[in-house]
Amino acid sequence: MAKVNPDFIKKVTASKQFNASECMNCGVCGAVCPMEIELLPRKLFRYALLGLEDKVLEHTPVIYQCLLCKMCEANCTADVHIAENVRFLRTYISKKVYQL
Amino acid sequence: MPLPTGPVIGIMMDNLKKRKSVFPISGRKAVKWSQKLEIPVGGETVLYTGSMYQLLPYMIAAVNRMGKMEDSFLGQYVGLGRFFNKMFNVSSIMFRPKRADHKRFRRIIRDIARLLQQAGVDFGYLYKKELYAGALAFDLGVDETFVAHAQRLSNLFKAQGVRSLITIDPHTTNVLRSVYPTIIDGFDIEVKSYLEVLAENDTLRPINKVEGEITIHDSCVYARYEDVVEQPRQLLRRAGYTVKEPKNNRNLTHCCGGPIESLFPSMAHQIGGKRVQQLKDAQGKGVATMCPICMATLQQAANGDLEIDDIASFLAKAFCPPGANDKSAEEKRSQP
Ligand code: SF4
Ligand code: SF4
Repeated sequence: MAKVNPDFIKKVTASKQFNASECMNCGVCGAVCPMEIELLPRKLFRYALLGLEDKVLEHTPVIYQCLLCKMCEANCTADVHIAENVRFLRTYISKKVYQL
Repeated sequence: MPLPTGPVIGIMMDNLKKRKSVFPISGRKAVKWSQKLEIPVGGETVLYTGSMYQLLPYMIAAVNRMGKMEDSFLGQYVGLGRFFNKMFNVSSIMFRPKRADHKRFRRIIRDIARLLQQAGVDFGYLYKKELYAGALAFDLGVDETFVAHAQRLSNLFKAQGVRSLITIDPHTTNVLRSVYPTIIDGFDIEVKSYLEVLAENDTLRPINKVEGEITIHDSCVYARYEDVVEQPRQLLRRAGYTVKEPKNNRNLTHCCGGPIESLFPSMAHQIGGKRVQQLKDAQGKGVATMCPICMATLQQAANGDLEIDDIASFLAKAFCPPGANDKSAEEKRSQP
């Protein structure tokens, strides 16, 4: 069963950079992504907003596979800062998991 | 099996902390490109290479080595490599670049400096004091290391009296222009890419006749982060070339795959392969890139099927006196 981590929610919502809540779930980003990353940001960012830390960490490889190329952002009508949101998740993993 | 992300990032970040660069490079090697160009030391406006072009030969060597490790049992020992790398410089032993790669990346920086000199731009260079700007640490989200490094660099600019930077690659341009001001108090140094500087300059006129159709590969970072889109086109046209556009271009350009090359080499090559196909379909006689990472990744993916070179080299053919900086035979042979 998915486990909610309130501390993770706090960190995510406190960040000025993390604006995944603007997402309208239209799916355009996944369709134009050269990596064909379907998961970003619709599902993965949703997990983060819900505080499902385990689910986010399960997808660590995808988080590092993102090219930060912003093709998705160039096509997103909701102005979601997708690349910056991915980077934000990396900063979390770098500290929490890799202790960097 | 994919490489273990944590230890691979760890090795690069340990290097940045301890040795001030993701891949340690000697000061002598980093400045060798500037020989005989007589660029003044320091000054208010400096050409800032950020060592990206100089680091590429190391990155190519590392990616070749890592690519081999990706599917082998050796991948699991990357963590051990990190442990030893903290004590002595393992990465410099493991990743030995080819001499010809050093030469071809040096030639590009020389072309950039010669173009600026030809345009009458007044600039200096920090020589061995120059540091890598930290783009990779920022992209990988290792913020503490990145901020500490950025502070170090900002202090250096202050101490040297630098007011304006002319950058030569998109990643360095982006971190210095758009990220540093958000993390360093009072960082107000003007940052411009040499492509912007040259495009604004009316003095630069072709002195040699060039012609032909050149396909342009926009860098994601220039096009979508920094709005550098028209300048390279304008310069190629001013030089005398006809600009061909690939299917994905301008702010909808297609990534070369390079940004994930150090962690996922085979995926990066697939992305590079897709882009190479688009560039081939545009049917130019050559392809101009404006980022050393794009150039290396696309050349690798094209495997000799397409003439891919840095835009500076195409421009130098038209705007600079011939002969002095031509490709050596060794370099021509070594190019993938
Ligand atoms: S394109 Fe924008 S709005 Fe649509 S799913 Fe992606 S992030 Fe959400
Ligand atoms: S920034 Fe990441 S998610 Fe967006 S298109 Fe590029 S690779 Fe895909």
